[in-house]
Amino acid sequence: MTFTLDGHDIPFEPGQTVVQAALAAGHYIPHLCYHPEFQPHGSCKVCTCTVNGRTATSCTTPASEGLEVASETPEIQEIRRDLVQFLFTEGNHFCPSCEQSGDCMLQAVGYELGVVTGHYNPLFPNRPVDASHPDVLLDTNRCILCELCVRASAQIDGKSIFALSGRGITKHLIVNAESGRLGDTQLATTDKALDVCPVGAILRKRTGFRVPIGRRTYDARPISQVTVEPAK
Amino acid sequence: MNPERPKRKLRVATTSLAGCFGCHMSFLDIDERLIELLEHIEFDASPLTDIKTPGQCDLGLIEGGLCNAENVHVLLNMRQKCRILVAMGACAINGGLPAQRNHLDIRDCLQTVYLTGVGLNRGFIPNDPELPLPLDQVHPLHDVVKIDYFLPGCPPPADAIWQFLTDLIAGRTPQLGHGLIHYD
Repeated sequence: MTFTLDGHDIPFEPGQTVVQAALAAGHYIPHLCYHPEFQPHGSCKVCTCTVNGRTATSCTTPASEGLEVASETPEIQEIRRDLVQFLFTEGNHFCPSCEQSGDCMLQAVGYELGVVTGHYNPLFPNRPVDASHPDVLLDTNRCILCELCVRASAQIDGKSIFALSGRGITKHLIVNAESGRLGDTQLATTDKALDVCPVGAILRKRTGFRVPIGRRTYDARPISQVTVEPAK
Repeated sequence: MNPERPKRKLRVATTSLAGCFGCHMSFLDIDERLIELLEHIEFDASPLTDIKTPGQCDLGLIEGGLCNAENVHVLLNMRQKCRILVAMGACAINGGLPAQRNHLDIRDCLQTVYLTGVGLNRGFIPNDPELPLPLDQVHPLHDVVKIDYFLPGCPPPADAIWQFLTDLIAGRTPQLGHGLIHYD
């Protein structure tokens, strides 16, 4: 069984989504909230493709025989650039001082799409930093609301430490403690929730900047290559 | 068009607003390629020439964001004088490090720095009329004027600056591939 992605035949197994089959076949589709170990979420919209002529998030679209998927068209790439620019200008993303720089998926997807400016007027929101946990720093300035920590904490760690609250532009990440502080939760350094943040919102303390510039995840190769050939 | 006609050199102005001059340092870091570059461009107003106000220019390279009234004044003048205006570096593009004060009240900032901070004795908030007034928030350049090109990085690598300028001189739309686009 196959579908086509930008003219390439992509084989798939029943139950796979378009993104899953594409990545397995070595074809990168930009994404942020999709993670292979979790149920698709479809919220960041960066994996948007044209599927049989209609735009759809490819992480939530089941692969099916004969689908015609277009990913790297100028129109779709422009939509993705816009989405990434929205994320950069809605939060406070100052890469030079961020420990995640070089390992950050938002940054790497920006590079991949040729984003050189936020384009929109930045909102400079006033968002809190929570350093109350002895081993973990939570900087919501960088949160892109992908809910990967929410999913990991609930589904794998069984703790439900994180959640999103609010609607629209006021939506934000909250911590499940009476005080609202990370230090008052059962978050442990072995929790999956610590390893899934695609940006620098959830960070282990005392590990920042250990890997020198030039040897970070996306320094040598772009995310499109790292994602489909991680071990190279 | 006479192909024999010698090409006019592009006039280039550069300035640093709320920046650290790191982007200018990175520009100088193109090293001996500066000599080749000078066959194609000549500098107008720039910290490199110490000329203070730009004449009519083809290209303006601006480092740093807008943190005070003088920055805005310089930027508006550069926009008026330069055919092509480039936001060079993280601060020009998103405010950069200075913009990390944006969630703080400017009055609180000034009071803490000059009046109530540890070790201050009989401090006062500087009020000389020659000092430009700070803005309540630091802004990227494109908040105020149209910017034609963006050259990201903190600073942009010398190779990115070189690639950008050689593309522009050759009449191409600058293209920075992987390794040359950097936000850090």
